[in-house]
Amino acid sequence: MTGFLARLRETAHLMVGLPSYDAYLSHMTARHPDQKPMNEAEFFRNRQEARYGGRNGGRCC
Amino acid sequence: MRHLPWIVFALTGAFALAVIATQRGEPINALWIVTAAVCLFIVAYRYYALYIAKHVMRLDPGRPTPAVRRADGLDYVATEKTVLFGHHFAAIAGAGPLVGPVLAAQMGYLPGTLWILAGVVVAGAVQDFMVLFISMRRDGRSLGELVRMEMGAVAGTIALFGTLMIMIILLAVLALIVVKALAESPWGMFTVAATVPLAMAMGVYTRWIRPGRVGEVSLIGFVGLILAIIYGQQIAASPVWGPFFTFTPEQLCWLLIGYGAVASVLPVWLLLAPRDYLSTFLKIGAIAALAVCIVIMAPPLRMPALTQFVDGSGPVWSGTLFPFLFITIACGAVSGFHALIASGTTPKLIANEAHAPLIGYGAMLMEAFVAIMALVGASILDPGIYFAMNSPAAVLGPDAASAAAAVTNMGFPITADALTQAAKDVGETTIISRTGGAPTLAVAMAEIFSHVIGGPGMKAFWYHFAILFEALFILTAVDAGTRAGRFMIQDLIGLAAPRFRDTKALLPGLIATGLCVSGWGFFLYQGVTDPLGGVNTLWPVFGISNQMLAAMALMFCTAVLFRMKRERYAWVTAVPTAWLLICTISAGSLKLFSPDPKIGFLSHAAVFSEAAARGEVLAPAKSMAEMNRIIFNDRIDAALCALFLAVVLALLYFAVKTCIAARRSNEPTAREIPPSAVPAE
Repeated sequence: MTGFLARLRETAHLMVGLPSYDAYLSHMTARHPDQKPMNEAEFFRNRQEARYGGRNGGRCC
Repeated sequence: MRHLPWIVFALTGAFALAVIATQRGEPINALWIVTAAVCLFIVAYRYYALYIAKHVMRLDPGRPTPAVRRADGLDYVATEKTVLFGHHFAAIAGAGPLVGPVLAAQMGYLPGTLWILAGVVVAGAVQDFMVLFISMRRDGRSLGELVRMEMGAVAGTIALFGTLMIMIILLAVLALIVVKALAESPWGMFTVAATVPLAMAMGVYTRWIRPGRVGEVSLIGFVGLILAIIYGQQIAASPVWGPFFTFTPEQLCWLLIGYGAVASVLPVWLLLAPRDYLSTFLKIGAIAALAVCIVIMAPPLRMPALTQFVDGSGPVWSGTLFPFLFITIACGAVSGFHALIASGTTPKLIANEAHAPLIGYGAMLMEAFVAIMALVGASILDPGIYFAMNSPAAVLGPDAASAAAAVTNMGFPITADALTQAAKDVGETTIISRTGGAPTLAVAMAEIFSHVIGGPGMKAFWYHFAILFEALFILTAVDAGTRAGRFMIQDLIGLAAPRFRDTKALLPGLIATGLCVSGWGFFLYQGVTDPLGGVNTLWPVFGISNQMLAAMALMFCTAVLFRMKRERYAWVTAVPTAWLLICTISAGSLKLFSPDPKIGFLSHAAVFSEAAARGEVLAPAKSMAEMNRIIFNDRIDAALCALFLAVVLALLYFAVKTCIAARRSNEPTAREIPPSAVPAE
């Protein structure tokens, strides 16, 4: 049940362009241990800017 | 034996279709249509989508996707497939699949249903799936870049230009729907206006108070929305605030243009992002609730299967069944816009090639299901109410009595009292000539929701809930679309003046935003002041342009199949391409050259300019200045149709050229990223 809810939450977040912060963290620790990852608030702002501020603004009719 | 469950689905679907086809005279239940659709979609997915995956694309689960090769935790993230399905569906489903089928219901429920079912299986879902596949094999590049890569720079630029024009028409028509839904409706206007400060408060909350708490802030926002709907009723009834929130269509048009210009230069976190949260979750929630409530209510369809308007004399939009039905329902059956989404963020998130059928083909089937629900919604209403809501004021006359007489005259008997009562039920002063599809759907949703929750007393609440839900995501689309249009304009002008491309520079950004807003603003103003109601003129132009984009995307897919040396399977995309070309080219030419002034822009212009030359003023124009404006608008619309035709024919030329060149080559020439390519660090 918690797995289902977590997946639902992840789906809802990705629907508005917010990927998983945990996935980002594990990517950074695995692949770029030398770099300091963004904290959660920075990550959120970064993704918000990427979704709406850049070239991905197109939404369907 | 493994085929057994699918055979059961196929038989159930065939039985449901047989019921729909044979039951004449008495109303059939909406559930037959829903059942037929669901069964057909399941079978189409199991056999056709997987056939395409296995034989046409030869998907390879072992081949690294962009999300694996270029993983960065941000743009490229391998995502669980049901999560990505939700993301993709939320990105493709918008107002289109809700509005088109409602407008198409003027011909009865049958033509629209059949076109949605056939169109999505053969054309729409194939397009989304193919574009997703092609983009996924090329690092998740966008449609414009892909066309450039595979068909050359000129074709790429033409495609980009065509896309921009389509975007502008789309924004105009979406804004027009909002104007039609909110004009003279203080309750609706107040709730929509309330979303602006509400979204800003949410923006501040997510920016500084609790960054990133999207779920939390959306719940707060949702409560605010419900309060706005509840208090909207009192605001509308108040002698002070009621008139304050009552606007004429023309005032609303200017408000929207101003809003579009300001909103698209505000920081995204302040207004766009938080409202996007609200509109996305509301959209998904409302669609799911609609599906559940239709199943619970199991309403009979009151619209006939076919009306006399298949001959082209309909009041909602002019034109015969072929080709105009096929451009009226674009989204839901096949939508060119999806090619942009399928080559947007989704291909960068897909974890495994084997997930592509579910996401590309499956999500589009889901959108077709939304379109079927919209069609069902429009068809459960009393046809008299449907035509009173969707016919232009010029046909219906000034009041309920004249409207009832006009609609009864069409063969759909209704009394003036019934029209007044229907308006009262949903808390409005009038529902006559509320064109654009959204109000009709809102009345239907109020009917369906109130049957399940709240009874007739809740109808007014549900009506305004539905209007709010539609207006909210249309406004989000206008805002986001204006930004996207701005970047396209900067890209295009940047081809001539490279400095214009700088997206951080202030001046080019402002100029491009201004150009984009004045582009859609022009068509919006034209639509709002159009005596025939605007939707009548603009929706076909939008439909043609959207289907042309789909034709362009499918031509591109065909060219790629040739370049992969899989021309044996090119029929998969060539057949829908051919059908879309036939529909859009004939509809486009009819819009240009038809001698019937109700259909052809040029003949309409000719009628008016001849009258103007004689010094006559033709209704519905009231002055010579209005006459001249009608003539000017007709010529602009004609030029636009000609432009779309030119764009699509140019792309056809490049596609054929690419295919011939690919046939001559002995080896595949498609520029895929090879399967063994090492991840780029």
